[in-house]
Amino acid sequence: MADAGLAESVLERLEKLDCGVDSQDVASVLSVDHQAIVGAVKSLQSLGELISAEQRSSKHWELTAEGKEIVEQGSHEARVFNAIPTEGLSQTDLMKLPSGKVGFSKAMSNKWIRLDKGHESGPRVFRMVESIEDTVQDKLVQVQKGLTGKLDEKEKNELKKRKLLSEVTVKSYWLTKGPSFSTTVTKQETDLTAEMIASGTWRDKKFKPYNFEALGVPPECGHLHPLMKVRTQFRQIFLEMGFTEMPTNNFIESSFWNFDSLFQPQQHPARDQHDTFFLSDPAVAKDFPMDYLERVKKVHSEGGYGSQGYKYDWKLEEAQKNLLRTHTTAVSARMLYKLAQQGKFTPVKYFSIDRVFRNETLDATHLAEFHQIEGVVADYGLTLGDLMGVLHQFFTKLGLKKWVEVGNSGVFRPEMLLPMGIPEGVSVIAWGLSLERPTMIKYGINNIRELVGHKVNLQMVYDSPICRLDS
Amino acid sequence: MPTVSVKRDLLFQALGKKYTDEEFDELCFEFGLELDEITSEKDIISREQGDVRAAGASDVVLYKIDVPANRYDLLCLEGLVRGLQVFKQKIEAPYYRRVGATDGKPQRFIITQETAVLRPHAVAAVLRNITFTQERYDSFIELQEKLHQNICRKRSLVAIGTHDLDTISGPFTYTAKAPDDICFKPLNQKEESTATELMRLYKNDSHLRHYLHIIEDEPHYPIIYDSNGVVLSMPPIINGDHSKISLKTKNVFIECTATDLTKAKIVLDMMVTMFSEYCAKPFTVEEVEVVCPDGSTCLYPDLAYRKELISGDTINQKVGIKESAESLARLLTRMCLKAEVTGKADEIEVEIPPTRSDVIHACDIMEDAAMAYGFNNIARTKPKTYTIANQLPLNKLSELLRLELAAAGFTEALTFALCSQEDIADKLGKKISDSRAVHISNPKTAEFQVARTTLLPGLLKTLAANRKLPLPLKLFEISDVVLKDDTTGMCMYVGARNNRRLCAVFYNKIPGFEVIHGLLDRVMQLLDVKPSRDQGYYIQAASDSIFFPGRCAEIISHGKSVGCLGVLHPDVINRFELTMPCSALDLDIEPFL
Repeated sequence: MADAGLAESVLERLEKLDCGVDSQDVASVLSVDHQAIVGAVKSLQSLGELISAEQRSSKHWELTAEGKEIVEQGSHEARVFNAIPTEGLSQTDLMKLPSGKVGFSKAMSNKWIRLDKGHESGPRVFRMVESIEDTVQDKLVQVQKGLTGKLDEKEKNELKKRKLLSEVTVKSYWLTKGPSFSTTVTKQETDLTAEMIASGTWRDKKFKPYNFEALGVPPECGHLHPLMKVRTQFRQIFLEMGFTEMPTNNFIESSFWNFDSLFQPQQHPARDQHDTFFLSDPAVAKDFPMDYLERVKKVHSEGGYGSQGYKYDWKLEEAQKNLLRTHTTAVSARMLYKLAQQGKFTPVKYFSIDRVFRNETLDATHLAEFHQIEGVVADYGLTLGDLMGVLHQFFTKLGLKKWVEVGNSGVFRPEMLLPMGIPEGVSVIAWGLSLERPTMIKYGINNIRELVGHKVNLQMVYDSPICRLDS
Repeated sequence: MPTVSVKRDLLFQALGKKYTDEEFDELCFEFGLELDEITSEKDIISREQGDVRAAGASDVVLYKIDVPANRYDLLCLEGLVRGLQVFKQKIEAPYYRRVGATDGKPQRFIITQETAVLRPHAVAAVLRNITFTQERYDSFIELQEKLHQNICRKRSLVAIGTHDLDTISGPFTYTAKAPDDICFKPLNQKEESTATELMRLYKNDSHLRHYLHIIEDEPHYPIIYDSNGVVLSMPPIINGDHSKISLKTKNVFIECTATDLTKAKIVLDMMVTMFSEYCAKPFTVEEVEVVCPDGSTCLYPDLAYRKELISGDTINQKVGIKESAESLARLLTRMCLKAEVTGKADEIEVEIPPTRSDVIHACDIMEDAAMAYGFNNIARTKPKTYTIANQLPLNKLSELLRLELAAAGFTEALTFALCSQEDIADKLGKKISDSRAVHISNPKTAEFQVARTTLLPGLLKTLAANRKLPLPLKLFEISDVVLKDDTTGMCMYVGARNNRRLCAVFYNKIPGFEVIHGLLDRVMQLLDVKPSRDQGYYIQAASDSIFFPGRCAEIISHGKSVGCLGVLHPDVINRFELTMPCSALDLDIEPFL
C-alpha cells in the first residue's frame, strides 16, 4: 500500500460527507499532490468495497511560466512601451531589452510606438500615444484568479497560441462511500504463507483477490513433436488390432527386395533415376538367398506359378543396385520370405511406420522423405471382403471414414508370394498410407515444411495439442 | 496412372447416350476408372499460361479420365468406348483377326544383324483400307504418344513408326548405319540432313530432345529403308517425311522397333486392335512377315488369344462372394474376358484377348470378376486371423525414452535423414572420406547427397531456424542414422545399416555442460545403468573436432564406447549460423536393448 496514513485521511474526509467528493478537492483540502490521492484511492479500491470511485475527467486553463511572468511584469509590448522615454530610444538599444523583439512588433501593430528610420543617429523608436491599457496582462490576471469564464474562446485560443495559457486535462475520481465503508484500513495479504498456517493468523487476515482473467505461468517442460505423437497413436491402433511391429530400421535396401521380390518389372517407371535415390557407395548388394533369387528371376522372365510372367531379360545387376527404400513393403517382403522359411506356415499380422524416400520434385505436400504406415495380414482363405473389412476397422479407429482416400490397399500377387515359398491358398492383404497426410489434416497444416524438418517453428511444437485420432 | 482426355460430346455420341457428369463419374467408378477432371482446352491454357493466351482456344468440354497403369486398351477414345459398351452389354467384344494380304504375298520386313547391339527386335502390320477423319486421325497420333510415354518407357523399350504404305514399297530393311552415312528428309522438315546434323538440330527440340540419349552415343543408329532406299524412320527419334500419313491415307504400315520383344508385340497389338475398327473389314489386320537375321520368319501382329481355366469356387473364395459359375462367366464377359462354363463342375473357360495384356494370371481374372460384381457390393468381413501383437524392442525403447526426455524438459525435433556432405563433414570439421556415410548417386540437389551419420547437424539447423525463441533451447531427437557396414548378415547384406541414436542439445548464453551431463546421467538412470567404472558407465576426456578442446568426453558403458558429450567448438557453432554456446550429447541406444 502506497501510504496507509493518506488512505485513512481520505476515508475520514469521506465519512464527514453525505454525498461524494472529487479527489481533486480532497487533494486541495489535505494539501497534497493529486497523484498521491489517486494512489491512495487505487489502494483503497483493491481492498474490496470500502469506497466506490468513479473516474471523471475535467479540463481547465492554466497559466504557463511565461504567462505568470506577464501577470507580474506586464506584457512584452507594455514593457517595451514603458521603456521608451519621450525623447525616444535607438532601435538597437531597444532590441537589447529582454522583451525587445516580441514586444517591439506587438507594440508596433498596436500602434503604441513608431519607428523613425531616417533619424540622424540611426533608426529610433518613439511613443505614439500617451498611455496604454495592457489587456493581455488583464486577461491573464483573470485566469489566475480562476475567472477564466470572463474570457471568450477566441481570446483564450489567442493566448494559447502565444504560449501564455495552456489547457490541462485532469483525471480525477468522484468518491462515495462503498457498501462496506469503514474508516479503518486492514492490510490485505497477497497470499497464504506457511507462517499463517502455522500460527493460524490467516483466520483474521483479508486476502487480495486474484485476477482470474490473466493466464497462468507456463510450466517448464519439454514437448513431443506432433508427427511423432500421431505415430504413437497409429502404433497404438495396430497394437490394439493385434499387429506385430516389423523391423524397418534399414533405410538402405537392394533393388531386389525393394522391387524384384514384389514382382515389379525392371523397366518399371518407379525404378527410374527420376523417382528413386540410388547409391554410389555402397553401390550394390552382394548377398541374396540364391535359390529364391532364381525363382524371382524365372517368374519375371518366363512366368510360372500360373503366371505368364513379363517375358523380358531379367538382369542380376539391376537387382543388385542399392537404393534408399521407396516403401516399407521391401521389409514386408523380407518378413514374408522369412515366414515362408520357417517350415510350417502360421498366420501373421504385421505393421510398420517408418521413413521412405522418393527422388521427387518437392512441393507443399511432397518431400524427398516421408513416413509410410503399412499393415499386412497373411492367412489361409483371406478374401477381398476381409481386406475391406479390416480397412474399415482400421479407419473407424482413426475416426474418419473418408481417410480411406489417403492410402491404397490390395492383395499381394501370387507371383510375389509363391516364389518365396508361401503356401498356395495363403492370401496376403495389405494397405498403406503416409503418416504426414493425416497429421497435416489433424493439425490443420497446409505446407509439409511447417511440420517436418529443421525449418519448423518450434513454437508450433510447443503449442500442439495431444493427439487422439478418434476424437 | 495415365490420364486420357477425351471430348465429352464425342464420347457420348460414340456411347450412344448422354450422361450427366455424376452419372458418368459413377460409370467410371464401376468400371475401375476415375473421372479426374472436367475441363476444356481453354481452361487448361488459361490455367497454365493465363487468360490472354487462352483467348480463342477451344471450349469444347474435355473429360480427363485416370486409367489403371497397365490398361493400354483404354488409352484412347476407341478403346474406352469399346470397353464401356461391352461392360454395359450394348455390344459384344469384337474378335481381332490377322489376315493374309489380298495378293497372298505379305509385306516383308527384314532385320539385319547390325541392329543386334542396339534395338534387336521389330514387329510390323498393315491397316488396309482405313478411313480417317480428323478426330480418328488425332486419336491415332495421340495413342502413339500415350503408348510411347507409358509401356514404351519414353521410346527406350519400343518406338512406333506409322507410314502411308502407298508411298513406299517393300520389302523393308531394318538396319543400323554410322550417323554420317544416314541422310534423309525427316518429318516436317524441308531439307535432307545427315543423322549427325539431325541430332544436333533436335538438341533444342522441346519434344524430341528427350529421346536423343537413347542412341546418341552409339557408333551406329537404327534406320529403316524401303526397297528403293527411301527412309521410313530413324527409330526411336524421327520418321521420314516421305512416308508420313495424312487424313487421306488409305493403307497404314506400322512398325515397332524394340529392345523388349514382348512389349513390342503388345504395342503393335494395341495400335491395330484399336484402329482396325476403321478398316473396310473392321477388326481385321493384314499380316507382315518379319525376317530375323538368322533367317527365321514370324508373322505379325501377334493378336494371340489365350485360354485360362478357373473354378467358380476359387473366384468366390478369393473375392468373398457366392456367385454361380454362370453368373461369374457373365461378369467376366462384361470385362472383355469372354467366359463360358465348361460343364465340368464349376469350371469356367476364360478367353483373354490381345487387348488385355494386363491379364497374366488367374488373380487378374478374379480381380475383374470382383470389379464387375462391384467392390461396394462385396460384404465386409473380419478376418478370423488370431495373432498376439509384439512391439519391436528397439522401437519400444525409443518410445519410452522419448516420453522421458520430454519430461526432462527437452523438446523433440524431427529432422531429415538425408543431408549434404557439408552438413556431416565440413561443418563438423571432419573429412567426408573419414565418415562411414552412404552416398546417393543421383541427388537433384545438395540436400540429398548422403544419409546422415549423426543427428547433430539436424538439431543444430533446427536451432538456427529458431534463434528468435526464448533461451535456453533444449532439443532432442531419437532416430536412425545410416552407416556403411561390411558385416555380412543373414540375407540382409546391403553394405550399410541403420543405427538408433539419441542426440540432445542445450543452447544458451552459457555452455551448460552440466545440463547435458545431467541429462546423460538421467538417461542412464532410466536405462538402469549405474555410474561405475566396471559395471556401469563413466565419461572420460576425449578430443573431437566437433567439440571445444578440453570440453569433450567419451561415454563408456560396460567397457564399450557408446557416445560422446561436450561443449561445441565455436567454429562448429559459427558454421551452423549460431551465436551462443551450445553443449550436445550423442548416444547410441542399441547397446541398451
